[in-house]
Amino acid sequence: MKYAYYPGCSLESGSAAYDVSVRAVADALGFELEELDDWNCCGATEYFTQNELVATSVIARNLAICREDQTQLVAPCAACFLNLKKTDQLMATHSHVKCQVNEALAAGGLHYDPGRVKVRHLLDLIYTDIGEAKLRQKAVKSLKGLRVAPYYGCQVVRPMNGFDNTEYPMKMDELFTWLGAEVVDYPVKAHCCGGHMTQISEDAAFELIRRLLDSAVEYQADLILCMCPMCQLNLDAYQGRVANHFNKNYQLPIIFFTQLLGVALGLDFQQLAIGKEIVPAGPVIQAKLSAQAAGASA
Amino acid sequence: MITHSTDSHRSAFFSEVIEDTPGGEQLAHCLQCGSCGGSCPNGADMQYTPRTIFAMINANRREDVLSANTMWCCVSCYFCTTRCPQQIPITEIMYALKRKAIAEGFANDTDAPALAKTFTGFVEDYGRSFEFGLASRYYFFNKPLSMFKLVPMGLSMLARGRMHLKPNKIRQVAQLQAIIKKAKEIGGAQ
Amino acid sequence: MAERVGVYVCHCGSNIAGKVDVEEVAKWAGEHVKDVVVARDYKFMCSDLGQKMVEDDIKNEGLTRVVVAACSPHLHEKTFRRACKNGGLNPYLLEMTNIREHCSWVHKDTAAATEKAKALVSAAAERVKFQEPLEPTYVDVNPTTLVVGGGIAGLQATLELADAGYPVHLVERQPSIGGHMAQFDKTFPTLDCSACILTPKMSEAGQHENVTLHAYSELEEVSGSVGNFKVKIRQKARKVDFDLCTGCGVCVEKCPRKVVDTEFEAGMGNRKAIYMPFPQAVPRVPVLDTESCIWFERQRCGACQKLCPTNAINFEQEDELIELNVGNIIIATGWKPFDCHKIPQYGYGRLANVYTSLEFERLCNAAGPTNGKILLRDGKTVPKSVAIIHCVGSRDLNHNPYCSSVCCMASLKFAHLVTEKTGAEVHSFYIDIRTNQKDYEEFYQRLLDEGVHFVRGKVSEVTDAARSENERGKLIVQAEDTLIGRQQRFPVDMVILMGALEPQTDARELGLKCGISCSMAGFYTERHPKLDPVATMTDGVFVAGACQGPKDIPASVVQGAAAAARVAGMITKGKVMIEPVVAAIDEENCSGCRICNNLCPYNAIEYDAQRGVSHVITALCKGCGTCVSACPAEVISGAHFSNKQIYAEIEGALWDAIRPAGVPGESETAEVSAS
Repeated sequence: MKYAYYPGCSLESGSAAYDVSVRAVADALGFELEELDDWNCCGATEYFTQNELVATSVIARNLAICREDQTQLVAPCAACFLNLKKTDQLMATHSHVKCQVNEALAAGGLHYDPGRVKVRHLLDLIYTDIGEAKLRQKAVKSLKGLRVAPYYGCQVVRPMNGFDNTEYPMKMDELFTWLGAEVVDYPVKAHCCGGHMTQISEDAAFELIRRLLDSAVEYQADLILCMCPMCQLNLDAYQGRVANHFNKNYQLPIIFFTQLLGVALGLDFQQLAIGKEIVPAGPVIQAKLSAQAAGASA
Repeated sequence: MITHSTDSHRSAFFSEVIEDTPGGEQLAHCLQCGSCGGSCPNGADMQYTPRTIFAMINANRREDVLSANTMWCCVSCYFCTTRCPQQIPITEIMYALKRKAIAEGFANDTDAPALAKTFTGFVEDYGRSFEFGLASRYYFFNKPLSMFKLVPMGLSMLARGRMHLKPNKIRQVAQLQAIIKKAKEIGGAQ
Repeated sequence: MAERVGVYVCHCGSNIAGKVDVEEVAKWAGEHVKDVVVARDYKFMCSDLGQKMVEDDIKNEGLTRVVVAACSPHLHEKTFRRACKNGGLNPYLLEMTNIREHCSWVHKDTAAATEKAKALVSAAAERVKFQEPLEPTYVDVNPTTLVVGGGIAGLQATLELADAGYPVHLVERQPSIGGHMAQFDKTFPTLDCSACILTPKMSEAGQHENVTLHAYSELEEVSGSVGNFKVKIRQKARKVDFDLCTGCGVCVEKCPRKVVDTEFEAGMGNRKAIYMPFPQAVPRVPVLDTESCIWFERQRCGACQKLCPTNAINFEQEDELIELNVGNIIIATGWKPFDCHKIPQYGYGRLANVYTSLEFERLCNAAGPTNGKILLRDGKTVPKSVAIIHCVGSRDLNHNPYCSSVCCMASLKFAHLVTEKTGAEVHSFYIDIRTNQKDYEEFYQRLLDEGVHFVRGKVSEVTDAARSENERGKLIVQAEDTLIGRQQRFPVDMVILMGALEPQTDARELGLKCGISCSMAGFYTERHPKLDPVATMTDGVFVAGACQGPKDIPASVVQGAAAAARVAGMITKGKVMIEPVVAAIDEENCSGCRICNNLCPYNAIEYDAQRGVSHVITALCKGCGTCVSACPAEVISGAHFSNKQIYAEIEGALWDAIRPAGVPGESETAEVSAS
């Protein structure tokens, strides 16, 4: 299986751990990710705030530069996934959007017919295309003993994702159940982390982050699994300041779901860039899994 | 039963908003149920809930709407959109209102436009966004006093190799710039 | 001899005249359409004076054909056929053309609408000349009626007919009749006990000399037509001999296998593998559920069989097909509740103390699993605060766009019961409160007095994610209170979801069997929404109750009675007219290819194997024309829809294209068309 891969800007820098673990997991599971050549930034939410046509045209360039044989484009980042998918759909359902975007693309010698490229999220790919049987077969290390809180955030699941429920998504829950982890069924798993609000209004953003951390702590999660760089950044890098703000004491590691998936596939922490997070996850994972292993062998 | 076109009875602002929002016509079907205002994670901070904003759009209260903080509270989580019983693309309407508010100089109490401009500025120069550059430039010009609070966080990011000090640049920047230029021409630069 | 055609153009007040220049149309028809000898316009053609005009012209002007350009023939074809008859003309020499629904109501431009009306009149006038006098036939009406569905609507219909002296077969899918009403505790707005007013009707139906009850049965097949339907009913195997069983209940008592009752108790209580759904069940004969029975699992136990004093338990019993002849059918199959799992943000199935309205009915019911005590799922805690959420799956394009109509009143009833039984604080979350029947608004006023909080806002989510100490351990209902424009959170102990009323899952399938259609939502379509609400487009098939649209008990009873009255009318009359608009096969030229046999939706074409030809059973034919157009040899003709008539109609409509001179009918239309 071969897919075109759109890493997105965050995976090049602040969230390189996501990129590293995605590539490592792809190797271990035997699917090929071919990075889209010369892709550009999707604009996150920032272009839509300024100019809708520029926003869609900038995004559509990525769809347009997919080769004929690159019919499935995989994005691990929530904002990239939504922007690519939304643009494809807007062009498909609104002919004036299609015409105008193509007029803009033509200025760069490009053209895109909506529907040509299918935009997929990485979770969908692993859940659907790889599937339960293969994951169970490839998993060499049980995650038993580890309580994980899958965190879906917003823009992968809403407004449309085509593979999971928009209110109460389950696919990551199921995936880690297959791998032996204790999955925490906490109520805010698809609630908002605040997005770029951390940079605009900290009061507003910190309240949203607090709700997520509080709920995961209440359900006694050992760590939170993310599938979006922005969510990971907000929950991880801001965790200390949120704790100060609300006079709390969080020590909740936040990693990407591919990092823990890699652990189950037998990869070591370094191969998965575990350790790049601010609140360290390595010791927790090690402690819980070896406690379980010791208990099992005793 | 003679059917008349009712478009002419809509408020001017209503027509303007739906014109700028693909699928926005559904706004005519708003039941004023408030499932949007109830769903919003930032709903408690809003001066007017989205539902109230829609009533105000209907009532042609253009200035009140564009100077409200409602759309600036929006974090694009799309809960309102997926829950709306009338399938109104609410998040997209919020984007449309943000665009209008910026274009007409209403958005003065929020740093969101500045962040957006800084962000897209990097995209237009390099084809990629640039976290370090974005943060430093944005905070320097907009929130210089907040910068010191971020220093410890920035340092720990740096220590873990999570902060690149140089931007990446795509090969075909010229192509991207041509596309953006054309899009601005067609869409009317905002 | 040339025909003498009269053309009558109706103003329909301003309905037609507001958009079509009716005087011009009439004048034009008189001057330009061939063989038109009288052309008039009139304010209301359907009035007595309008009809009289037609009658008089037939007599005085010697009209041989009549064209009325007015509304849909569904509304007034009968009226003008009668006028023709009164004037001495065969009713089938009338042609009605619709210049209202098809013209004035759907166009904006007066000039264009007027031109279209002319074309329609011209088409009708050309066609009517080729119409032939036809005579309807009459068949006897079988006085026996089939009622499908033993809920309150079906019961009402059954008893009305049975009391009038007519035999009724009542088919019910569940083990007992009674329907959803049997599950309810109280009924709004009077708060009388549901069982107290329902069970007398159930036992009356069970014992009535004119009623044959087929409980635990389903309608399998319908053939025939009005007056003479043949139906097949599948009597599902109860594994209990109906004649031997005395209803003593020993089998139920001794059965060791308990299962959750997802039907009658809505999952709130248990039943045995052999069971009667509730104490007042009619008939009082248990049903053995083979899915959960130990005997059917591993051929052990057999307690029921061993202990039955009359040897009524029969594990070998199989489904039985029963054939019946009936004259009319009343469909009263009711509704099913919306699946609240489809709205995950309300937490149903995940958060224990979120209930559906049916679950809450059982919780309130004195005969229910808690003996009528309102308790949380732990079985002991009385809630101190309850939220009721309206419009769950109704008025929601993501689920059902329609208003379920009964939930507002049912939620008021619930609010009252909670207040009365527990003293708990009630918040009722609504979009609009709809209390638009007799004494309903008064009931709302009463609830306002009782101190129920009505919050105007559709609930966004129900969660257990507490944000503060006072929310801990509670269900938090989050909504915008739209009357103050603020997002609010309400910590409560119990949430009741007022789920939508939906059509039965197999409503379309049953509709197909009976030849009736469904709306987009899946509710049966009545013949006319105002003037013929219980008849359908298939003669002899009637609908009643919530299968036609969401309805409360009073409205369902009204429809049940109305359907019975319609059927009684047919039976009393004794004969029913069969439209002569039927197909006929020219057997001389039929090749016996049998293409038409399978295409006929009414099974009205029979193949005579000996002679190798097909022929039409006139009593079954509806004149739909499918066979006419399908016959490769073109030897099937449809009376009133012959090729000649249709070609003439097309040419009439295209008068200006065919003859640019603007004068239709100069050449022999028939010859052109037939070739």
